[in-house]
Amino acid sequence: MSSAWHIVDVVAVQEETATARTIGLRFPLPVRSLPGQHLDLRLTAPDGYQAVRSYSVASASPPDTLEITVEELPDGEVSPYLVRKLAVGDQLEVRGPVGGWFVWRPEDASPVQLIAGGSGVVPLMAMVRAHDQARHPAPFRLLYSVRDPESVYYRQELESLAGSSSGLAVDYVYTRRAPAGRPVGRLDARILASSVFGPEADPAVFICGATGFVETVSGWLVDSGYPPERIKTERYGGMGGTG
Amino acid sequence: MGIISSGFQGRRNRDDPGLPPGQHRAEDFPVLSAGPTPRIARADWEFRIVTETGTSRHWDWAAFLALPQEDITADIHCVTSWSKLGTHWRGVALDTLFDQIETTARFSLVHSYGGYTTNVPLADLLGGKAWIVHQFNGADLPSEHGGPARLLVPHLYFWKSAKWVRGLELTGEEIPGFWETNGYHAHGDPWREERYG
Repeated sequence: MSSAWHIVDVVAVQEETATARTIGLRFPLPVRSLPGQHLDLRLTAPDGYQAVRSYSVASASPPDTLEITVEELPDGEVSPYLVRKLAVGDQLEVRGPVGGWFVWRPEDASPVQLIAGGSGVVPLMAMVRAHDQARHPAPFRLLYSVRDPESVYYRQELESLAGSSSGLAVDYVYTRRAPAGRPVGRLDARILASSVFGPEADPAVFICGATGFVETVSGWLVDSGYPPERIKTERYGGMGGTG
Repeated sequence: MGIISSGFQGRRNRDDPGLPPGQHRAEDFPVLSAGPTPRIARADWEFRIVTETGTSRHWDWAAFLALPQEDITADIHCVTSWSKLGTHWRGVALDTLFDQIETTARFSLVHSYGGYTTNVPLADLLGGKAWIVHQFNGADLPSEHGGPARLLVPHLYFWKSAKWVRGLELTGEEIPGFWETNGYHAHGDPWREERYG
């Protein structure tokens, strides 16, 4: 299905934060994608050396253009190039979108609880956008844990959606520095319980972030009575595999 | 392929013979799972092999530890493109477990606590190719990495090395497992880049 490499055009780049950038990729043909999937991206250096990384899709509209958001990793091999050097007009090789598990399917009418740690918000934003574009009736709730206000991705769009009749509510947890009047501190089980749909609502839960974040939050939810089979997790790096 | 990124240099692992195509070296040990980590007490753990005729054999933790133990050093390759070279494990070879099994099945469906499954041909489990491991780098295997015990099939992509393993179902026909029904390859050989189905 998706094992072929495609050549795509970089049609847009936009800074999300000081260290993250959204990149628009136009495919030669419309692409089918499900919110939550990822792309494999392959770079080839002039001497033929190649590197492949996976990036979650952030947006899939219009249908021949996908957006990814890339966080620059301080010791990264590929992400500094994508965030600092890649320019509109460049071409890249991509494979996908792939993944059939960590995806929101609009035919599911359940309430949806999204929980993001840092750049883990990217595949969840694809779900938020698909939900909004479909004017889907399922209530959506996003809990977004982030270092400081400047590190929030998609800030204006999230504010606008949360203030509209889209059925999205957004809660932030600021771990290092908060806007005036807001608490600072790590997510804990009490804050979690007050910021998410309760187990009685039987939400479909999607958690994405660093390993420790995902392990901790999913453990709290299971301890609070959410069925494990309703909780889908993804750690940084694409496929929620079993590596 | 014709797309060269002129500003991209890359910097690691050029011509590294231990790395399959499209892989890069990870120094840490990323955790990838589809859902919450199951917590299984060793007192409750068992491993069971059910053959195609329905007969079965199982081992509890003490019986499992009483089997001959092997130390394994292996390179592991995750389909998300990281590889970790020279990892150290301790556990029981599938050959040892199959010494007590009568079967003509060609395939297995691996079952894990928590509901995960993956399919592996017996040809990839036997002949010194696969183990049920319970130690990593000399310490008990942490639950987020699959403890108490996981399958280790290092010559296939690491999603085949099922965490929290609880048993094998031997079958005449290949039954696709969890990732294999979610877009990933039935076999998963990293040297042939069998990533996606």
